[in-house]
Amino acid sequence: MVKIGVLALQGAVREHVNSLIAPGVEVVVVKKIEQLNDLDGLVLPGGESTTMRRLIDKYGFFEPLKAFAKAGKPMFGTCAGLILMAKQLVGQKDGHLEVIDMEVERNAFGRQRESFEAELMVKGIADDIMAVFIRAPLIKAVGEDVEILSKYKGEIVAVRQNQFLACSFHPELTADARFHQYFVDVVKETKSKCLNV
Amino acid sequence: MVNTGTDRVKRGMAEMQKGGVIMDVINAEQAKIAEEAGAVAVMALERVPSDIRAAGGVARMADPTIMEEVMGAVSIPVMAKCRIGHIVEARILEAMGVDYIDESEVLTPADEVYHLYKRDFTVPFVCGARDIGEAARRIGEGASMIRTKGEPGTGNIVEAVRHMRMMQSQIRKILGMSTDELMTEAKNTGAPFEVLLQIKEAGKLPVVNFAAGGVATPADAALMMQLGADGVFVGSGIFKSDNPEKFARAIVEATTHFEDYELIANLSKGLGTAMKGIEISSLDPSERMQERGW
Repeated sequence: MVKIGVLALQGAVREHVNSLIAPGVEVVVVKKIEQLNDLDGLVLPGGESTTMRRLIDKYGFFEPLKAFAKAGKPMFGTCAGLILMAKQLVGQKDGHLEVIDMEVERNAFGRQRESFEAELMVKGIADDIMAVFIRAPLIKAVGEDVEILSKYKGEIVAVRQNQFLACSFHPELTADARFHQYFVDVVKETKSKCLNV
Repeated sequence: MVNTGTDRVKRGMAEMQKGGVIMDVINAEQAKIAEEAGAVAVMALERVPSDIRAAGGVARMADPTIMEEVMGAVSIPVMAKCRIGHIVEARILEAMGVDYIDESEVLTPADEVYHLYKRDFTVPFVCGARDIGEAARRIGEGASMIRTKGEPGTGNIVEAVRHMRMMQSQIRKILGMSTDELMTEAKNTGAPFEVLLQIKEAGKLPVVNFAAGGVATPADAALMMQLGADGVFVGSGIFKSDNPEKFARAIVEATTHFEDYELIANLSKGLGTAMKGIEISSLDPSERMQERGW
């Protein structure tokens, strides 16, 4: 049994909860810092990254989230969640949580009318993942420890750095739970490693 | 295979706004205050609803300069309003790159019979509704987001509450119906049968449903969330209050933590005066914006 939280300050929380529900997974909607304590993994959902960061600061989530990542607990960010996890942001001095060694450009495709869906190959998951991009960010560069899981037209859209996963699209908006299952597997793997140490 | 403007992309955009506050702004400076306060989007307007009400006359789409200015000032999505049925205003907003269009009763309708066929557009639309029939008709036309109409520009929450309660109770009724009862319900409510079927299957509206039209305080915003809204539009409430920055922040927080009453008590302290507000019964029926559209 693993316990996975979805950070619920703002955004598409319910969709992530639905995508995570599976045998052996307990899903928690996280609104308070204390709830982070007994989690095995955490999802940072899509939403508005500016809004989420403000609420993260307001409720003192910033340091506890960084500590959560430092403790080696798995995290999975989609869209705004990916922006929060990036070490560097194009045009900004600092990143937010700086969990994954990557440089991210916000709203990289343009405005909402440029939002789209496309079928993608995602390494280790499948070659037919329907990816929904909504005012999506792009990963412009990654550090050497970062594994590229997927590209769209030559640009990086999904990555993994050890137990940290991030993608610029929204697997939670489709009925296909394979990306979430992949994250659940990472969480299970990480938890069993910790138990064996 | 790459597709823009699909249902998933348009409705998904609204899903990302959930739990958030969308604020009316009339210039770049207000837009920045809204973004800084944690708004998930701004609605760029020439005048907020209470000023539209006061000014009278015909209210139209705002000057494109205002949308441009606001889009240049913030990185959160920018919405704008067009008149009900005004195909060209909608196309202009789409061409400008506005992220979401509100086909809104706050402006003077351009067409008293037909709403826009919103499926023809790549840009998503939000529309007002007072009950499930109206919501379902707009969804049938292609709206990707619904909001209660309430009574805009009054600072009086009573109509938004009426509309949200009505929709929620009608949804509960549909969920309790057997499928063979749905066609009669479609006839009685004027809702397209297919949308009722989607509601029954999904257990909820197939699109996000926000509250709008009268939210003036943090407690109002939290009330609408408690009644089942996915998020809140605040029109005149913020920039017609004494201290817009503080008000904007407080409304954002009350929306996030709508069940944390101690927190809402704290953030309601010393906010200054909310907008003045209008008693609905003092409005002549012809002054009620919610009666516009069908």
